Amino acid sequence: MNLIIDIALWTIALALGLAVALRRRPMLGQSLRYGARDFLTLLPRIAIGMIGSGFIAELLPQHLIPSWLGPGTGAAGLILAAFAGALTPGGPVVGFAIATAALKSGAGAPQVIAYTIAWALFALPRVLIFEIPSMPARVVWLRVAVSLPLPFLAAWTAMLVGKP
Amino acid sequence: MPARRRRAFDWSAAVITVLAVTSAALVYFRDGQARFLAILTADLALFGTMLPKVMAGCLIGAFVMMLLPRETVSRWVGAESGLAGILLATVAGAILPGGPFTIYPIAGALLAAGADAGAACAFVISWTLLGYARALVWELPFFGLDFVTWRIIFSIPLPILAGLAARAAWKLMLKRNGGVA
Repeated sequence: MNLIIDIALWTIALALGLAVALRRRPMLGQSLRYGARDFLTLLPRIAIGMIGSGFIAELLPQHLIPSWLGPGTGAAGLILAAFAGALTPGGPVVGFAIATAALKSGAGAPQVIAYTIAWALFALPRVLIFEIPSMPARVVWLRVAVSLPLPFLAAWTAMLVGKP
Repeated sequence: MPARRRRAFDWSAAVITVLAVTSAALVYFRDGQARFLAILTADLALFGTMLPKVMAGCLIGAFVMMLLPRETVSRWVGAESGLAGILLATVAGAILPGGPFTIYPIAGALLAAGADAGAACAFVISWTLLGYARALVWELPFFGLDFVTWRIIFSIPLPILAGLAARAAWKLMLKRNGGVA
C-alpha cells in the first residue's frame, strides 16, 4: 500500500513536471527550486513533529483519554474535542501531533476528527496572522461563524457511517 | 510568481520543538533508556517511509502553481455564479497547493476581483479541510491513509454547505444595511 502511494505520487509529480517542461520551459528550473525549498523547509518540522508525537503519546494521561474522548463519550466528547482543537496553537504540525497521540491512546475516531477539523478551521494564530490581513474582517468573521457547525457535522457523519 | 515566505523555523515550530524535547526528556527519566530508544526507533522508521511522499507533495505543489491560470479563476466565482460558483470555489480550494501564505491572499484577490463572500468562504474552508497538498504533506504522515481518506470524505460537503450559508448571510447583511456590507 505504502509503495502504491509512493508510485502514484511520483507519477503525478513527473507528469506535472513534464507538462511544465513542455509548456513553460523557462519556469521548470524555478519550480524545481520552489519544490526543493519547500521540502527542506518542511523537513525539520515533520521530523520534530513525528518523533515528538510518539513521546507525547507516551506521556498523555492515557487512562483519561478513553473516558474523556473515547468512542462512547458522545456529544460531550465531541464538544470537548472541538474546544481543545480551537485552543490548540496553529502551525501545521502541532494539532496533528496531538491528535495522533490521542488516537494512539484510545480516543474515538469521530472525536479525533472533530478535534482535527476544529483545529484546522479555528486555530487563532492562523486567523489573526494570515486571514485577517488578507481579507475584509467581516468576511473572516462570517467565515468563522459558518464554520462553527462543521467539526460536529463531520464527526456525526463518521459516527453514522461507523468509519474509520 | 511571488516567493513564498515560509520559514523553516518560526514560533510554531518552536512550540512543537519544546513539546517534543520536553516529552522525550520526561519519557527518558520516567521510563528509562530502553523505552526511550524503542519509541525513537519506531518514530524514525515512520518518518523514513514518509520522506518520499513529502518530497513528491512539494514538487506537485510547485508544478501546479506554475500551470494553474489563476486570473481566469477569479472570473468564475462572482456573486451571481450560483451553486456552480460555490462548487468551483470548493474544487479550486481543494486543488490549489500552497500554505496560508498563498491561499489567503488569493481569497482576498478573488473578493476584490468580484467573487462573493460565499465563494471566498467555500474556497478558504475547502483549502483548510480538503486541500490535498496539506493532507499529503502534513496529515498523512501522522494518521495514515485510512483515517485521512475517511476524514476527507466526511469533509467534502462541508465547504459547500458553509459557502451557501455564508452567501445567504451576506445577502441578508447587505439587505439590512441598505446595500452596503
